[in-house]
Amino acid sequence: MDAGIVSYGAYVPRYRITPIEIGRVWGSDGEGMGQSLNVHRKSVPAPDEDTITISTEALRVALVRGAIDPQQIGAIYVGSESHPYAVKPTATVVAQAVGATPNLTAADFEFACKAGTAAIQTCLGLVGAQMVRYGVAIGTDTSQGAPADALEYSASAGGAAFVIGREHVIASVERTVSYTTDTPDFWRREGQRYPSHSGRFTGEPAYFRHETECAKRLMEASGTTPKDYRHVVFHQPNGKFPQRVGKQLGFNESQMRYGLVTPYIGNTYSAAALLGLANVLDHAGPGERILVVGYGSGAGSDAFDLTTTDEITKYDKSFGRPVQFYLDSGVELTYGVYAKFRGKIHMGGS
Amino acid sequence: MRDVAVLGVGMTKFGELWDRSFREIGIEAGLQAMVEAKLSSGDLGGLFLGNMASGSLIDQEQIAPLILDYAGLGARHLPAVRVEGGGASGSLALHQGYLAVASGLYDFVVVGGAEKLTDVPDVTGNQITSSAADHEWEVVFGATLPALWALIARRHMHQYGTTREQLARVAVHAHEMGSKNPNAHYRNKITIEQVLGAGEVAEPLGMFDCAPLSDGAAAVVLGPLETARKYTDQPIRIAASQVACDTMAVQHRRDVTTLDSTVVAARRAFEQAHRAPADVRVAEIHDAYTISALVSLEDLGFSEKGHAGPDFEAGRFGAKGDVAVNMSGGLKAQGAPFGAVGVAQVVELVRQLRGQAKDRQVADARLALAQDVGGTGATSVVTLLERAD
Repeated sequence: MDAGIVSYGAYVPRYRITPIEIGRVWGSDGEGMGQSLNVHRKSVPAPDEDTITISTEALRVALVRGAIDPQQIGAIYVGSESHPYAVKPTATVVAQAVGATPNLTAADFEFACKAGTAAIQTCLGLVGAQMVRYGVAIGTDTSQGAPADALEYSASAGGAAFVIGREHVIASVERTVSYTTDTPDFWRREGQRYPSHSGRFTGEPAYFRHETECAKRLMEASGTTPKDYRHVVFHQPNGKFPQRVGKQLGFNESQMRYGLVTPYIGNTYSAAALLGLANVLDHAGPGERILVVGYGSGAGSDAFDLTTTDEITKYDKSFGRPVQFYLDSGVELTYGVYAKFRGKIHMGGS
Repeated sequence: MRDVAVLGVGMTKFGELWDRSFREIGIEAGLQAMVEAKLSSGDLGGLFLGNMASGSLIDQEQIAPLILDYAGLGARHLPAVRVEGGGASGSLALHQGYLAVASGLYDFVVVGGAEKLTDVPDVTGNQITSSAADHEWEVVFGATLPALWALIARRHMHQYGTTREQLARVAVHAHEMGSKNPNAHYRNKITIEQVLGAGEVAEPLGMFDCAPLSDGAAAVVLGPLETARKYTDQPIRIAASQVACDTMAVQHRRDVTTLDSTVVAARRAFEQAHRAPADVRVAEIHDAYTISALVSLEDLGFSEKGHAGPDFEAGRFGAKGDVAVNMSGGLKAQGAPFGAVGVAQVVELVRQLRGQAKDRQVADARLALAQDVGGTGATSVVTLLERAD
């Protein structure tokens, strides 16, 4: 494939809340919940943040790092399940904010947690066909779980932007494969505030089946085995599922080390696998092979076989924050302030 | 009344059968039993189907004709009856099938039990489970089925000194046996420490003290003993089938720690069979909760009142004990699809009596007992099975 990642940027809001604090309010065993999910803290967006501001922040970092002229961007796709508007694109606001308008195409993608990886595939197609010079794919969410629901302990916020191009590629994409079925494990209808999920059905027949099948198909097509990869990144709705799926497929802990970020920031949904990939790229040297397998409920997985190039040694990551900064830092909130930030407090009036 | 024999048995795997429908699993179990009994559909007199809550769980009533229809027997116009008695629905259906054959009205019947519990969210499943308790006197005040059994456990611990560890041992045993049963919902072994360390459901009962919500189906073919040898080399005689009921609400019981319905059903069953508890070598009992297993062992006459905990600890109910209990893994490990449970108990015991239980086989089993309980004991069904050779 002639296209690959030219630049990338990540952003995670600075606020955090712990499962213990959430459990304290609901009279639940928050500590036990955190341990069973392997989620120690989750990120919380400030009241003035949404998927537009998060996308813009991540993309600005990517453009500066790659010294990319925004006017050379031919496409921007933003994948999310928490677009601020039901009708009116996130992508156009982001395009305007970074100075990429008007000579480009833009659209919002939705495929639960894998809209970001779907956006990358679309950009690979456009760039590979030389229809655009740069394509931008963003995965971002400010996801919410209903108060006291199991999702509330993990649903968080963040975003990652990837610029896809043909020149100065820091990670070439050797192959991408998808695996898609009609599997109703998690959904939110128009107008509903919080998503619904079908409990344990979200596990084996949904996440695990799609992740493993997609990964296997990619490795089969590439003629590779787990030991051929230096890093592996899975979708990470919690900290436990990706560890289990990695083990099932035959990956070891050192291969999963940088790709697993959810334990420290929660499940950032459309950004989850992409923040894992960004963290891997933050640490990777040239010639390192990476397997990425995203997952979106509904359901489908996209897998990517990437290899870092010599260009990554020249790539200037000094602008913006490395993902590790977001994993380590943060200001912890009480549930009261969290509830205010997330609009969970009924203020009266109309 | 003529003698009744079990001619064939069948069951599906128990567990989260998300890729299979209610009718599929019901038909699979029924056909297995029919094939084993070498019975053709032309011989069939009717179907009795145990099921607790299909209306709430899968939005489907009239499930008995449904199963017949999709088994290809719709145009035969056979009688098909659904039987409900909470968690004891399956063995109540068996009782009805037994009566039908014993009376001479029908020669051959299929008794099935089926439940699809995991197609609804966990919370809904637990709410539906609690509908086997007294809605107006217990459930509306916040009591769930585990909470009511926890109340029984607390009183048993207070009155007889039963310990948390003794309760835990029941679950450890169930998983040990489940690990040897390819049809079991859970095939993993667990330790006392895991049981004690698991999250609370209703104190003192934790997650591992409670049976899971499962999907599954089981079926048996019944026929007159006098002609049974035409169909099987190893007919199993139903030596007794007895039902007894009690107050719905725990608070109205003579004694909170005793299931009088089980005491009476067992007494009647042993009288009917002219046998005593000491004659029973293998039993399947109601371990939906670890405490329900202990009180059942006492109320069936296998332990003195209050002694089931120490007796269990002493190994009296292991594979090599006085009575080998729940070799299938019981409700705890084999699984608890309400309506299928009582029929699956009979499937296991028939295999034990025939010597077909493989790794779980109990030596020298001639008389076996099944005890099935609805709710907290408003219904108990006790069945005695014996080798007819």
